[in-house]
Amino acid sequence: MAFKAGQNKGRTSRIVDAEGSTAIRFDNVSLRYGTGPDVLQDISFYLDPGSFHFLTGQSGAGKTSLLSLLYLARRPTQGSVQMFGRDVSSAPRDALPALRRRIGVVFQEFRLLDHLSTLDNVALPLRVAGVSEAEIQRHVPELLGWVGLSRHLHATPPTLSGGQKQRVAIARAVINRPDLLVADEPTGSVDDRTATRLMHLFMELNRLGTTVLIATHNEGLVRKFPFERLHLEGGQVSVLPPLAGWAAGDGLFAGGNPLADLEDL
Amino acid sequence: MARFLRSDLPVAADPGNRFLPLLVAAMVFLATLALAGALALQDMTTRWRGSMTGTLTVQVPPVAGESSADTVARVDRVVRLLASLPEVAAAVPVADEQLVQMLQPWLGSDVLIADLPVPRLVDVSLKVEAMAGLDAMLARVRDVAPGALIDDHRVWLARLIALADGIRLLAWATLGLVGTATTAAVVYATRSGLAVHRPHIEVLHLIGATDGYVARQFARRALIHGLIGGAIGTLMAAPALIALLALLAPLEGGLVPVVTPASVHFLGLALLPLLAGGVVMITAYRTVRRQLARML
Ligand SMILES: Nc1ncnc2c1ncn2[C@@H]1O[C@H](COP(=O)(O)OP(=O)(O)OP(=O)(O)O)[C@@H](O)[C@H]1O
Ligand SMILES: [Mg+2]
Repeated sequence: MAFKAGQNKGRTSRIVDAEGSTAIRFDNVSLRYGTGPDVLQDISFYLDPGSFHFLTGQSGAGKTSLLSLLYLARRPTQGSVQMFGRDVSSAPRDALPALRRRIGVVFQEFRLLDHLSTLDNVALPLRVAGVSEAEIQRHVPELLGWVGLSRHLHATPPTLSGGQKQRVAIARAVINRPDLLVADEPTGSVDDRTATRLMHLFMELNRLGTTVLIATHNEGLVRKFPFERLHLEGGQVSVLPPLAGWAAGDGLFAGGNPLADLEDL
Repeated sequence: MARFLRSDLPVAADPGNRFLPLLVAAMVFLATLALAGALALQDMTTRWRGSMTGTLTVQVPPVAGESSADTVARVDRVVRLLASLPEVAAAVPVADEQLVQMLQPWLGSDVLIADLPVPRLVDVSLKVEAMAGLDAMLARVRDVAPGALIDDHRVWLARLIALADGIRLLAWATLGLVGTATTAAVVYATRSGLAVHRPHIEVLHLIGATDGYVARQFARRALIHGLIGGAIGTLMAAPALIALLALLAPLEGGLVPVVTPASVHFLGLALLPLLAGGVVMITAYRTVRRQLARML
């Protein structure tokens, strides 16, 4: 199955990336759980390096499934997934850790480690990458300040609110400046105001080169930001134009660091 | 140390935490006793062997009413038989004059050896110290010369050495068994720990942790458990060993030399808990690596 719409017509598929961003290319990818039906049916699409996309579709459409192929939690049943200039769907097991370190993931159900403090949870991607403890102590509290969790550095996830946990999960996903950010319903547990601010954090990361893909049900959010939509329906994907009517970057960052006022959340 | 103990996995709550040190303590206790036994027996049998020279004497008893020519012939057959045995270097009959000399203190110098019911002697030098074969050798000599003897003490000691060697082998086998059982238990405990932590491990993997990183988390914990258990086992075994040494002490200077503990032996025993810690750690590490290789 080729592209449904003609969106990517004429684009040369840049698979070898600029430093700090990555193109994503799905070629005839199918995914099935066990002997069940195909959740993804022979889908193909291409995302430019440094692009920002929403991933939409009804509950059960396969958004999490598609993202899990991107963050290398599973391999497609058929077809190939390419990013970082290589076919990651057939990469040998021992190549995966290095690839995964270039990907930031916000899981739909957060998947924080409950016995670790906020600080340690966010530090985890740095620790597994062997970053020094001094660096960790410098960067992690700073980022947690940015997402408004300065006062909860030593709290464990079970003692945090849903929205606070979500922000910890987001901080963990972006702490090592990933080349690809994959977020599954990252604003599901926060109010609209906070959701908008978190979007600004993703856009800031995107501005620095990170390719971003955000799965969401939140129609309001999709209408508010001018990003193309990958839409999943019946196991098929289509790339749809932005719903919001203005161009990216329009006055979004006017008025300084949009994250500064997260502090008082 | 706090840094070393820090873990990304909530291993502190594992069910195996109490089980593993206890198991290792019991195993190190058994291993210490077995190793102490093996080393002590090794030491004793070496000294017993040393106290046996490479020669022995076979006594050929006289037969009543036999002519002296017959006696000489029988002794001769014994000598030829002995000389044909692979473990024997030389077999020489003790000459009559020599026997007379040996008997002189009791019987005076004018005895006729042929007239007396005195056993004839054959000096045997052994090629190897094949003491275990003495019983077989005696049986063959008796085929030719019924009632023949090999000096008692020596045969008894040979049997004792054979027994000690058997027990020593058993001690080593016990040690091996203890090691195997410990390894198996650690594999089992580690696997169940892995199952408990599977969701956490998955998260670690997805944020870029290598298998080695995950395995080291388990290995560190296992090392600590192994060392704690090992130390407890050694502390339990120490009084038992001291009591055994106290029981053995009065035997010193008796019929056979007994154990005098050498410091290398104590060193070996002291290394056991460290060895246990190492074995437990490596086993845990390798178990985790093997299991993780099956995940994506
Ligand atoms: N681990 C799994 N094993 C079996 N089936 C699964 C598994 N995960 C998802 N599915 C099935 O795959 C389909 C797509 O699920 P997926 O979680 O990708 O949907 P989604 O678009 O993320 O939904 P939502 O918006 O509710 O999060 C569903 O029918 C679901 O039942
Ligand atoms: Mg989902």
